[in-house]
Amino acid sequence: MKIFDIPGGVHPVYRKELASEQPIRPLPPPPRLYIPLQQHVGALSVPIVAVGSHVSKGQVLCVRQGTLSATQHAPTSGTVVAIESVTAPHASGLAQDTIVIEADGRDAWAELPEPIDDPLAADPQQIIDRVAGSGIVGLGGAIFPAAVKLGMGKQYKLDTLLLNGAECEPYLTCDDRVMREHADEVIDGARIMAHALGVRRILIGVEGNKPQAIAALERAAAGDAGITVVPVPVRYPVGYAQHLTRIVTGRETPAEHRNAEVGVVTHNVATARAVHHAVRFGRPLISRIVTVTGGAIRQPSNLEVAIGALVSALVDACGGFSCEPRQLVLGGPMMGQPLPGLEVPIVKGSAGILALSADEVVEARERPCIRCGSCVSVCPCGLSPMDMAALIRKDKLDAAAKLFVGDCIGCGSCSWACPSHIPLVQYFNYANGVLAEQERQRRKNERVRTLAEAHALRVESLERAKKEARAAKLGDKTETPA
Amino acid sequence: MIVAIVSLMGMGLALGALLGAASKWLAVEENPIEAELQAMLPGSQCGQCGYVGCAQAAAALARGEAPVTLCPPGGRAVAEALAKKLGVKADLSAHEEKVPQYAYIRPDLCFGCTRCMAECNVDAIIGATKQMHDVIADLCHGCGKCALVCPTQGIEMRPVPATVSSWHWPKPQRAASAH
Repeated sequence: MKIFDIPGGVHPVYRKELASEQPIRPLPPPPRLYIPLQQHVGALSVPIVAVGSHVSKGQVLCVRQGTLSATQHAPTSGTVVAIESVTAPHASGLAQDTIVIEADGRDAWAELPEPIDDPLAADPQQIIDRVAGSGIVGLGGAIFPAAVKLGMGKQYKLDTLLLNGAECEPYLTCDDRVMREHADEVIDGARIMAHALGVRRILIGVEGNKPQAIAALERAAAGDAGITVVPVPVRYPVGYAQHLTRIVTGRETPAEHRNAEVGVVTHNVATARAVHHAVRFGRPLISRIVTVTGGAIRQPSNLEVAIGALVSALVDACGGFSCEPRQLVLGGPMMGQPLPGLEVPIVKGSAGILALSADEVVEARERPCIRCGSCVSVCPCGLSPMDMAALIRKDKLDAAAKLFVGDCIGCGSCSWACPSHIPLVQYFNYANGVLAEQERQRRKNERVRTLAEAHALRVESLERAKKEARAAKLGDKTETPA
Repeated sequence: MIVAIVSLMGMGLALGALLGAASKWLAVEENPIEAELQAMLPGSQCGQCGYVGCAQAAAALARGEAPVTLCPPGGRAVAEALAKKLGVKADLSAHEEKVPQYAYIRPDLCFGCTRCMAECNVDAIIGATKQMHDVIADLCHGCGKCALVCPTQGIEMRPVPATVSSWHWPKPQRAASAH
């Protein structure tokens, strides 16, 4: 199959060998679980359980609010002991509303929805509803509600489902293990998703450094002409949805547009497996595979973890630290976020926990830009990082926006390549954050204006009605004596 | 032929002259920039700038009597947009970024007088006579007028809390030695 090229990209040290040969090991649910109401892109979910109530494994804890939102389920049976603010697994270290469950140790399942008989003949809407009801979000890290993406067949003319098994982030091996150990489930999930989308062609993009995963998927899909496993070049960030689309189909998604507009919908391989579980067995998304690795982890592993388990429990399950970790990262080393601590819960989007030792972290002093252009040549989005950073440094965010800082995907290739160790991607994250905040403010102002105008109109009409009533009354009085 | 051309031309000239005269005679006096400036302001007529409403604030801005940083609810974004429109340099260093606020009604002090509801110009306060009121925090734009009329001083202006979804990375700090 023809492979297309993308601009830029880098070759960081992958260090996947630390965890890639470790089979997935289930971690028993810890005594306490913390389920944040927000584990997805979109609106907050609303709790429907009260403090003190007993919940069974797989029972709905909070329901989605609107379409762009996700339902959360109990990862084990137990008692809801609190709904309170708990530190989020987020770089800000801010707290968010979280349901706390004390496990009863029985791990007893609730009554689950009936499996869908013959999903490949079922109404697509039935599958979409099931996926939404099972709380499935994109497990590759984007945490976008999967049901919304599966419904895109109605809006756009689609021809391809692209499963993303590239896993180009260094260190992470969770998708690799899922593909190797559960290829059948991934393929079945992919067929169900393709049916829901109304497409015939399924492409699975896997980086060429995972030959076992490619072989396992090819075995599982043998005899199906609609499924093609595509080995893609090993280069970061080929796993970014838009870039993978371009590599396997040659179609470039226009800036600020969806992939679906070029006829392709991408889903992570682990998401496909979750869809398989939801449709074939009625099981909601209550666990995920997390890679716990890094030079400071005694025994790097791939763990199947209940959503809501604390990071510290995962680290303990991997034998603890072998040396003082220099940096704790949630996700991969390129796009991951610093962890605010070990006492934060694993959420649906947590693909990896990295404890990096001192010799894995570069702590060089920032030096002036020498305009070597390395950042420009590695940028996979065709941007000019050095120019944008210079503008942002001088607070000229509008000018940076004109250089398309909004198209930056935050992959960090520029920061990685910069010989002067300028924190380029950090500038862009900052700029995009400020620009998004300005946009939110502008929208709020607009809404306030609409409300104020409606209020003024109402007050005016009330006054008028009052005046007319008074006039009518006066008119009555003047008429009565006559 | 000649008659037609001349008569149509005559009519054109006469009507043109009439329109021209009317536009001078019946002109409404308004600075066009005012309308544009007013469109940039939040339009909630909250009065925090010291003017009666956004229209008056826009007029003052157009006359150059008010600083572009006059609008607290608009924040930095509005100040920058105004500065750009007016071609002045916004002195944002002196502009203290006011933390966005929302009104909070203390349940122990509210006795349901509805005065705050009448004052709220975005209908963000719900309640009824002798029923406790509450503020829909999402709609509140923090003008604080309700807090002024509350007879029990039971309304506090609280800063809108930072959340995980509204948080963004700070600007990278350069090492002192780098230049």
